Amino acid sequence: MSVVPAEVLPGAARADGNRADHGPDTEDGGRAVAVLGPRARLWPALAAVYRAQLSRARVARIPLLFVATFQSVGIMVLMRGVVDGGGEARAVVAGSSVLVVAFVALNLLAQYFGQLRASGGLDHYATLPVPPAAVVLGAAAAYASFTVPGTFVTAVVGSVLFQLPLTHLWILVAVVPLAGAALAGLGAALGLLAPRPELATLLGQLGMSAALLLGVLPPGRLPTFVQYARDLMPSTYGVEAFARTFGPDPDWAAVLLDLGVCAGVGVASLAVATWAYRRAAVR
Amino acid sequence: MCAVRDLTKTYPAVRGRRGTPGTPEVRATDGVRIDIRRGEIFGLLGPNGAGKTTLVRQLTGLMRPDRGSVEILGHDIVRHPERAARILAYLGQESTALDELTVSLAVETTGRLRGLDVRSARAERDAVLEELGLSALASRPLKKLSGGQRRLACFATALVGARPFLVLDEPTTGMDPVARRAVWGAVDRRRAEHATTVLLVTHNVIEAETVLDRVAVLDRGRVIACDTPSGLKEQVAGEVRLELVWRERAPLDVPEVAALRDRAVESGRRWSLRLAPEEARAAVAAVTGGAAFAALDDFTLATPSLEDVYLALGGSAGSVRGLVKT
Ligand SMILES: Nc1ncnc2c1ncn2[C@@H]1O[C@H](COP(=O)(O)OP(=O)(O)OP(=O)(O)O)[C@@H](O)[C@H]1O
Ligand SMILES: [Mg+2]
Repeated sequence: MSVVPAEVLPGAARADGNRADHGPDTEDGGRAVAVLGPRARLWPALAAVYRAQLSRARVARIPLLFVATFQSVGIMVLMRGVVDGGGEARAVVAGSSVLVVAFVALNLLAQYFGQLRASGGLDHYATLPVPPAAVVLGAAAAYASFTVPGTFVTAVVGSVLFQLPLTHLWILVAVVPLAGAALAGLGAALGLLAPRPELATLLGQLGMSAALLLGVLPPGRLPTFVQYARDLMPSTYGVEAFARTFGPDPDWAAVLLDLGVCAGVGVASLAVATWAYRRAAVR
Repeated sequence: MCAVRDLTKTYPAVRGRRGTPGTPEVRATDGVRIDIRRGEIFGLLGPNGAGKTTLVRQLTGLMRPDRGSVEILGHDIVRHPERAARILAYLGQESTALDELTVSLAVETTGRLRGLDVRSARAERDAVLEELGLSALASRPLKKLSGGQRRLACFATALVGARPFLVLDEPTTGMDPVARRAVWGAVDRRRAEHATTVLLVTHNVIEAETVLDRVAVLDRGRVIACDTPSGLKEQVAGEVRLELVWRERAPLDVPEVAALRDRAVESGRRWSLRLAPEEARAAVAAVTGGAAFAALDDFTLATPSLEDVYLALGGSAGSVRGLVKT
């Protein structure tokens, strides 16, 4: 093989000359530091990512939303023979509704980020001046808001099925985003941290199974250690808050407390997801 | 405006799992030093696996080098990789992040993420799509486009929210001549109007010859030459390339043909030779006259192109023996 060191070639000599080793060549020979281009601010960037992700989701995810809804409705029909109304019925309906959120926000988002990372798709975002939080939050918000119709349908069907009042279903307006944030953050983090996309998918499905087991089955019938695991599941507090509102005279302070915990878990899990994104973007 | 010094990156070895062999460590860039001037179209040329993508990923802050420095427009990109996004636009070798979006939304979203407000993102989107002749495809999802169309749409995303430095990894792969022309037209316009600098990875030597101001040839992670295309060609000047295509097989019973064989690179019926002009003249006379002519299907005689330089320099991968003497 023949090799010409770059230094001996005329072009290279012209390029380097006797200039100092650092400092870019400028017309006037001085050391110029370019003004940096604008940075995308958090909210506009988040809105842009949200809009783009929602349009993706519309095209590709609608059939999956049907699957998620049917699955939850099916579970409630099954559980009708098992639970005997009252508190257990509330837990089943609330759990099944939030399960729709878990399916989309945890399972599908973990898959999405796992594939994006493996296929080099993160490069696109990483070479744009966007705050990492905007990418993660935008995608999470799009996936979460995409679950709203399924959650409502499940909640209404469940309430009718178990003869629960529909009066306070509006609480879902708070439960979906908060549980959605917590689960989406967890899903995104799993997708971004998994070394391989198959593992991301697997982790998403496991998370989904956990949400099913811990969220839908009435807690009173679970062994103690599973009850502890239930307390660790980010969606649990959303389920509890929702379940409380079915009562004849809901304890609003407790509902608020549950939602507060849910919000706290959401912030923490989104922070972890943002950290995972940073880690995945620069290798 | 972009100075790269001693840039070194080694992909770590991967230990094999049961049954599958591991991969050894790969030094993908090895002490790379390049200088790119403002307003220049600078090319990176090299065989597959030479380390071109690894090099540009380090320039764009996507990958941390093991050693060395990258300075772009006065900013230290190794220490502040996040600044790269505010100086340059990058078109990756393959991009999948946008696949499910429509062309129009992909371009607009990228513009907004480059810091444009909604109104200017839309205005720039329309202008860029028009400029590249993509307006008719604007409402189609990228996934449903042909390979070349998709590539052009991705190129459009690199142009919104103008940056002084464009880093393009094989932008024109899969494109037809019309699309290529649109790409080079757009690049030229930005260079004329804003002195935009372009770093371009390419395999297409013909394209390299026509659009590049200077080119660095990369081989196994090292810069083995860096010059203008014509400067590089001077290295093989004084030689000509002779291509012979035989009807079935070479008539090795003809002594002149047998003598040429040692110097030829054979691929099927085709022989490729680089010869001094007088040798070439003798060789042509020998194969076009007498017994060899009956076996000859076609021949071409050409002055060396950048392709010859590429093959000559990329000796490890090239099939033609090196011409550049060390
Ligand atoms: N993620 C990776 N892990 C390990 N080795 C890698 C990785 N990416 C690339 N390599 C190796 O590093 C070397 C340089 O790869 P690189 O992608 O930079 O080549 P390239 O010049 O861009 O090639 P091409 O022309 O095919 O795009 C190759 O030997 C490749 O096998
Ligand atoms: Mg490459």
